[in-house]
Amino acid sequence: MTSGSPSSRQFALGLVAALVLMTMLMLGTAGFDIVRALEALVSGAVGSPDAITSSTLVRATPLILTGLAVAVAFRAGVFNIGAEGQFLVGAASTTAWALLFRNWSSPLLITSALLAGSAAGAAWAWIAAELRVRFHVLEVISTIMLNFVAAYLISYLVRGPLQEATHVYPQTESIVDAARLPRLYVGTRLHLGFVVACVACGTGWWVLRYTSAGFRLRAVGANPHAAQSAGQIDVNKVTSRAFLVSGALAGLAGAIEVTGVTFALYENISPGYGYTAIAVALLARLDAAAVIVTGVLFGALEAGASAMQRDAGVPSVAVSIIEAALILILVTVQRVRIRGAGL
Amino acid sequence: MTSAAAAFVESAVRTATPLALAALGEVVVERAGVLNISLEGIILTGAFGSAIGATHAGIVGGYAASMIAGVATAALFAFFVVVLSADQIITGTAITLFSIGLTGTAYRAVFGTTGAALSIPTSPRVSIPAFSAIPVMGSGFFDQPLVTYVAYALVPIVWWWMYRTHDGLALRAAGESVAAAEATGRNPSRIRLLAILFGGLTGGLAGGVLVLAQAGTFAEGMSAGRGFIAIAIVVLGRWHPIGVAAAALVFGAASALQYLLQALGLSLPYQLFLALPYVLTLAGLAGVAGRVRAPAGLARIEDG
Repeated sequence: MTSGSPSSRQFALGLVAALVLMTMLMLGTAGFDIVRALEALVSGAVGSPDAITSSTLVRATPLILTGLAVAVAFRAGVFNIGAEGQFLVGAASTTAWALLFRNWSSPLLITSALLAGSAAGAAWAWIAAELRVRFHVLEVISTIMLNFVAAYLISYLVRGPLQEATHVYPQTESIVDAARLPRLYVGTRLHLGFVVACVACGTGWWVLRYTSAGFRLRAVGANPHAAQSAGQIDVNKVTSRAFLVSGALAGLAGAIEVTGVTFALYENISPGYGYTAIAVALLARLDAAAVIVTGVLFGALEAGASAMQRDAGVPSVAVSIIEAALILILVTVQRVRIRGAGL
Repeated sequence: MTSAAAAFVESAVRTATPLALAALGEVVVERAGVLNISLEGIILTGAFGSAIGATHAGIVGGYAASMIAGVATAALFAFFVVVLSADQIITGTAITLFSIGLTGTAYRAVFGTTGAALSIPTSPRVSIPAFSAIPVMGSGFFDQPLVTYVAYALVPIVWWWMYRTHDGLALRAAGESVAAAEATGRNPSRIRLLAILFGGLTGGLAGGVLVLAQAGTFAEGMSAGRGFIAIAIVVLGRWHPIGVAAAALVFGAASALQYLLQALGLSLPYQLFLALPYVLTLAGLAGVAGRVRAPAGLARIEDG
């Protein structure tokens, strides 16, 4: 529970509800068909087996992995707001790798390409980790700055060295079939990456709960000073490693998006997955296993939002209001706090 | 070359103005012990508010609406952070997300989906006699929209208020130690609330500058990370109003560097110039961090 009085908490919930209703009212008076929009939202997300597999779960995959990346970092008291940038460099690295080694056999090419993406994501996070440990630069700020740098890097790559052969479109060539992740079910867009994401969450949950490395990470996140003095834990080492793992997971998300969905690199390859990931992780209360559930929920919301825009003309960005409302309700009814060593 | 240099200075000041306004508010907020990540959302709602205001009530109405929208968004943040003691970073992230959704949706609802570009008259430049005649620097600094001079004036005002008044001392005490602030008979919650609302005022105005003094239109997500940059500028400026103004100008200069380098005939990828301010900010943060100290109570409102 937060420290506010019961009445102020009720007021907060009422406020959030009022804001959501106000938005719907505004759309209604502007001539949008709200009922049709909500119908499209639901049917686009869960209305058919195809909507669930080809839309919701495909959208959920990068959200689960970036959500896990954020959860791991936050549990260690590392405010990694940079999943977006780590996702982007991961996607870029995987694309470059898959284009470069196109002649390799499929299992080797896919595995190495995914590793290249993870490594790039970890390397991008390493910059912020070093800045934090060596220079005490707040990672909240450094990771956001690195997100912008990553976006401009992609912009340069798809217009420069990695641009497709005709030099007309700002995107890369498509990667070869051997570099593409296999589909889980024939006839759907659902790919092996969804399984990888779920396995990553399960592994993360187990490591955090049952291993000494997981214990150290949680101890540092709960109270870095106590971990240092009472637990003899090297706080800087633990936070840096958590940062690298977080970056590797976000990089893997980018790698899987390229090899499973887009098959090429272009500028807006991420519609803000790395930022939505923060909501995914928080709503899961930073629990690695629960990230699967919240990732699928947000995947459904985003898949539904696309259908809503297509069928009812309501801008898909409206779904951000629902995502924000969920977080605000969460901080109202439940005590959620991140105590970092850096802040 | 002279015209390139003048264009460089003008561009630096133009980029720095909304950043300085937002960062001056954020300095006050952070000195009260609150890290307001929702500044990005405040700038965005301020920009949208100014577009609504300007289409109904002209440029002055636009600026007024930008500040009202900024304060309203800040009030939402303040309610969760001050009254409920909710986590500042989580709440700030949610409010920014909310602002992106609200302005994007409202833009379509109010101005339609036809995609016809919204055209808003921009505020005219006001040239200060004598000063604007100074070679190179003059036209850049002293031939600007009126709101830029407001930003200039705000720097010494915030400095004076923060370091030369009892209220300013109480603000800084609230940011260092709740107990210290309470011992002086002040209510730290009230101080934080007012500080956050002031941050909303200047952050909203910064959004108004983007629409009314620069773009002449509203575009979805047009804050484009300026709120986050302003927060970095607060650190670069060492939580001091004058330092913050200088840091905003340095960031503006780094952004404007492309004009100078283009004039020199260097052909480098333009993305390099776009990324340069962010890289320089990181380098700057590494340079100042360790030698400066954040307010001790920053982002830590303990339950009383």
